[in-house]
Amino acid sequence: MNPELLSRLQFALTASFHFIYPPISMGLGLLLVVIGVIYVRTKDPKWRQLSFFWVKVYGLVFAMGVATGLVQEFEFGTNWADYSRFVGNIFGSLLAAEGIFAFFLEGGFLGLMLFGGNRLGPRMWLLSSFIVVFGAHFSALWIIMANSWMQTPAGYELAQTSIGTLAFMTSFREVVFTPSFIPRILHTWVASWMVGASFVLSVGAFYVLRGRFVELGKATFKVALPVFVVFSILQVPAFGAMQATAVTDYQPVKLAAMEGLWTDQSCAPMYIVGWVNTAAQTTTGISIPCLLSFLAYGNINATVQGLNSFPSDVWAPINLTFQVYHLMINLGGLFIAIGLLGALFAVWKQRIWRTRWLLWIFVFSIFLTELATLSGWWTAEFGRQPWIVWDLLRTVDAVSPNLSGVQVFMSVLMFVALYALLFVLFIYLLNEKIQHGPEPLAEADAAVTSLPDTFKDIFRRRARA
Amino acid sequence: MMWLNIVWYALFVIIIAGYLIMDGFDLGVGILHPFLAKNDDERRISLNSIGPVWDGNEVWLVLGGGALFAAFPMVYASLFSGFYAAMMLVLLVLILRTVAIEFRSKRPSPRWRTAWDWVFFASSLGIALLLGVAFGNIMQGVLLDAQGNIGGTLLNLLNPYALLVGVTTIFMLATHGAIYLSMKTEGELLARVKRWVPRLMIIFFVLNTVLVFWTVLGHDAIADRYLQMPLLVLFPAAALAAVIAAWLMVRRGRYFVAFLLSSAMIAGLLFSAAIGLYPNLLISSIDVQYNLTIFNAASQANTLTIMLIMAVIGMPFVLLYTAGVYYIFRGKVQISSQSY
Ligand code: HDD
Ligand code: HEM
Ligand code: HEM
Repeated sequence: MNPELLSRLQFALTASFHFIYPPISMGLGLLLVVIGVIYVRTKDPKWRQLSFFWVKVYGLVFAMGVATGLVQEFEFGTNWADYSRFVGNIFGSLLAAEGIFAFFLEGGFLGLMLFGGNRLGPRMWLLSSFIVVFGAHFSALWIIMANSWMQTPAGYELAQTSIGTLAFMTSFREVVFTPSFIPRILHTWVASWMVGASFVLSVGAFYVLRGRFVELGKATFKVALPVFVVFSILQVPAFGAMQATAVTDYQPVKLAAMEGLWTDQSCAPMYIVGWVNTAAQTTTGISIPCLLSFLAYGNINATVQGLNSFPSDVWAPINLTFQVYHLMINLGGLFIAIGLLGALFAVWKQRIWRTRWLLWIFVFSIFLTELATLSGWWTAEFGRQPWIVWDLLRTVDAVSPNLSGVQVFMSVLMFVALYALLFVLFIYLLNEKIQHGPEPLAEADAAVTSLPDTFKDIFRRRARA
Repeated sequence: MMWLNIVWYALFVIIIAGYLIMDGFDLGVGILHPFLAKNDDERRISLNSIGPVWDGNEVWLVLGGGALFAAFPMVYASLFSGFYAAMMLVLLVLILRTVAIEFRSKRPSPRWRTAWDWVFFASSLGIALLLGVAFGNIMQGVLLDAQGNIGGTLLNLLNPYALLVGVTTIFMLATHGAIYLSMKTEGELLARVKRWVPRLMIIFFVLNTVLVFWTVLGHDAIADRYLQMPLLVLFPAAALAAVIAAWLMVRRGRYFVAFLLSSAMIAGLLFSAAIGLYPNLLISSIDVQYNLTIFNAASQANTLTIMLIMAVIGMPFVLLYTAGVYYIFRGKVQISSQSY
């Protein structure tokens, strides 16, 4: 039992499981804010009822995000001690900043968001939700900044110390704005909004299909649909393409692995589906000629470097990277199709409410958007191998030297069992909440006018209505 | 730039104190939960007394992890990899506790609720115990080698001294939690809480006294520090005074003041220990040459400076809005449709 392989397995498992929840926190949170704004402007109690419903769901998702996020915070130290020593001067400050600036904001205002509905007036409640959601986006910003530094390190120098070569910061600005940071954070935010929108769409569509809470279901559906359509369309040519360009410029060998491109080629093709045979160094499948050259360089005749231009000891697991990358791309295409169909049927005499097959597609869309964001991360992370910090530190040299295989094996077992249990319970409770549906507004929840709705109100009268 | 290292040591200790005080009371509530609160209503009150704030409190731990990584990366790496099995247990109980709070009231079934009540209790107790044991080992020294790797197994961590620190931590936080509950409860539950406070305090007091003697007699370095600078005895003395004062305040019904005093006691004890440890962060029981100190384990000055700027910008806001949130939720717990 090899502690390095097991640690990689464990990190992949825990990070992937964690990342199921934050996109919902960001995307659903955004829609909660939109719903809150609509309520404040229209005063239609329907929207207040929806806020109460979605906030409860939000609490459940958020708790899962917190529980699994705690693991991530400590795992760099437990399993990747030599990595932590190597990057501590740089990477640690970004994690700490995430805590000071983002998690406190979220954690502090979460209580007001979850429990403030019948203590605060609608505007103050909306403000606290907004702050939580802002905090979630802000925390993603810092962690992705940290990840981007691992992908495209900058603003550092290497120096010899008594315990080996370490990276030291030379420019904080460069550490923050590494070349891949801006494309990566934009792409991830947009992906998260798609996930959140599809989550809301799936519940809305389900209510319409089941003939229960139909009005509320339609209302949430209509709020989420435009978000889903617009961002699905923008994701591919704008944010996805930007990411691809960043990889081309700074991690060309990763790009070659993502497309299974073996030799340098002008007018390089892009596969729709395919299979890479690493032993025979071939890639077979259906491809669109010249598209890769165009995506990477904006010029169909540009030459794209193939894997053979790089030593084979810096190749990522090629077929794996290829497959997860194409899964993301194909799902991205599918989302555009689903979104456009939905938009068409919605505008066209509201046919969507009668088109059951399309509604069913929306019900299942949440699984697909989650899969797409995870595949994107798998592409980025598998494609980074064998480096843990691109071109500077190999994953083999990063693992904690004092770990035994048995120890890590036990912890992997623990996480598998624990996460499986949590996931089952999470789905069970979520399903129960959705089946139960939005509750009718209790008297206290409807009595909006008696609640303090400005800062002045809060501090003048007794806030406990 | 030695002062930067000292400032960061102080800040780190303050963050840990923040964690022990803030998350400490909700851990304490968890430890007392099944014993103090007898029926479902009372248990919901107990849970909702921390409902709106526990998540924010836990962020102090996350920040502690981040600050340690950033300011003293060598310690972050050595400590967490060296205490691997213990850390995994900590993560296990942290996760279970988070979901127990969130899941418990999601279903009406009494069996479901009782089960999660016990998970909430066991995980709160587990966190207090494990953190205490870890801290006991840090005070005592670990098998740290020249490369900064800690040897030994989980069994090495379970020595009598460390276990005593663990148990003392449990009672310290239980006392703190009980005092917090006195602010949040009414009627019969409050009467019960008030009966428990002195009992918990006495147990804590006895344990802590034993611990102090053991520490001073068993650890020459710590005893020497206090002999050199006798004024520092103010910290432990203040902690002691705070415990007694807290009890008087509970009796008079001045619960909030009692809570502040109890917080001051926790801070006082932690500062006393931190002063004893300085400048070491991890003591090697193999050779003092291998000790990781706030000087040889720290990040470079530019990183520490940038972090300090961030802390100076960020922390006032954190304190301000944390205070605001507590203010809005002040007073006795009331159950509403949004509660757990
Ligand atoms: C709904 C989710 C979703 C969709 C539809 C797409 N992506 Fe994506 N993609 C992500 C969600 C995502 C992600 C999870 O957010 C990733 C992981 C790392 C990152 O920064 O974003 C990602 C990574 C990622 C990477 C790897 C970056 C790296 O290795 O550093 C590339 C090249 C692309 N994307 C490109 C695309 C293209 C050309 C798309 C057009 C169809 C596309 N993505 C659709
Ligand atoms: C949340 C989305 C993420 C997912 C799904 C994800 C997934 C993965 C996967 C699959 C691996 C294993 C790769 C392999 O060993 O072949 C991995 C490794 C790793 N990732 Fe991520 N990752 C995510 C985000 C991050 C972020 C934000 C960081 C840093 C800030 C990070 C840091 C690491 C580290 C340190 C390793 C271990 C070393 C390695 O195997 O290279 N990951 N991750
Ligand atoms: C692998 C590296 C990662 C680490 C170390 C990490 C750390 C954490 C921690 C400690 C928490 C709990 C915070 C709390 O108590 O409130 C958390 C939650 C969260 N994380 Fe991560 N995380 C990682 C990956 C990511 C990524 C890639 C993203 C975003 C793209 C992300 C976004 C969030 C968000 C938004 C939350 C708030 C909880 C929620 O909304 O579900 N994290 N993370």
